[in-house]
Amino acid sequence: MLQVSVYRYNPETDEAPSMKDFEIDTQGKDLMVLDVLHLVKEKDSSMTYRRSCREGVCGSDGMNMNGKNGLACITPLSEVVKNGKLILRPLPGLPVIRDLVVDMSLFYEQYERIQPYLINDTPAPAIERLQSPEDRDKLDGLYECILCACCSTACPSFWWNPDKFVGPSGLLQAYRFLIDSRDTATRERLSELDDPFSVFRCRGIMNCVSVCPKGLNPTRAIGHIRDMLLSNAT
Amino acid sequence: MVTNITSFGRSGLSDWLMQRVTAVILLAYTLFMVGFFLGTSNLDYLTWVSLFQGTWMRIFSLLALLSLAAHAWIGLWTVSTDYMKSTGVRLVFQAVVALALFAYVVWGVQLLWGV
Ligand code: SF4
Ligand code: SF4
Ligand code: FES
Repeated sequence: MLQVSVYRYNPETDEAPSMKDFEIDTQGKDLMVLDVLHLVKEKDSSMTYRRSCREGVCGSDGMNMNGKNGLACITPLSEVVKNGKLILRPLPGLPVIRDLVVDMSLFYEQYERIQPYLINDTPAPAIERLQSPEDRDKLDGLYECILCACCSTACPSFWWNPDKFVGPSGLLQAYRFLIDSRDTATRERLSELDDPFSVFRCRGIMNCVSVCPKGLNPTRAIGHIRDMLLSNAT
Repeated sequence: MVTNITSFGRSGLSDWLMQRVTAVILLAYTLFMVGFFLGTSNLDYLTWVSLFQGTWMRIFSLLALLSLAAHAWIGLWTVSTDYMKSTGVRLVFQAVVALALFAYVVWGVQLLWGV
């Protein structure tokens, strides 16, 4: 039997959040945390969480499992359960809509701010814009981000200033477009980031790196952005 | 671009660079002082005064003092923008810090050129 303790909160009816305990029979299998949540929902259908692909692709089931952010669908119990207990909470730092579902608006606003699309004002060629294999390689480790928000909601700098600090996820994407050889707005992009908050609030704690379910490294990307700002400055 | 009016250099990059440059200066000053204390066999008032009568030492000390003020301002400004969500409280805190640092610099100049 697995002890599962889940964060419950319905802002419309509850005065304060609370933890609700469930006993789940895993039949000795090393289930994924998301499977356990399905079993919890069978016992209490009011239990609310997001999920879609159930294979680590859509990024909708980011949550805090025994204190660490991750995707429930690709996190096996053996990786997180301690002393037969599993504690599930919503991603920290964002407003809770219901139980494990958080309002991601602040996270998306930061993503929108970095203009996550190619900007190129040269005339479009008849075929697609070509890129050398070397230039294409520079996008590896950047484009794979699925915007699950595990990293940004594990970052203390993002907790304190989610409206001003872009956060690890947004900065990883900012660098993805800064380094793309087909993008011509590098200078404009950089000038949008050169304030004391957007990039420089990163304190290099590397919480983001330790939780990213895709194994990406936002801290390294942030370092590259800083180098670009430095070499572009006078 | 996040607008800000109370940060040291108005730019994150310049604050970041300033924080590193001042740290290096403070490290150099600390190492020099430690070296001075270890390398001076009979440390009396006269050796101490003659050290600070050299113009280069006054320049070095003033540089260290200004670095300390800038370093402390950038650091405490960052802490205040992290943890003080009420603009009023934050501005009062920043004013107190700025005033204290200013007083320390003036006081330090007075001491340096007083010996
Ligand atoms: S390294 Fe920077 S972005 Fe990553 S968690 Fe730490 S402060 Fe946040
Ligand atoms: S960098 Fe990793 S943790 Fe952050 S949003 Fe992208 S996939 Fe998720
Ligand atoms: S359900 Fe899609 S990533 Fe977990």
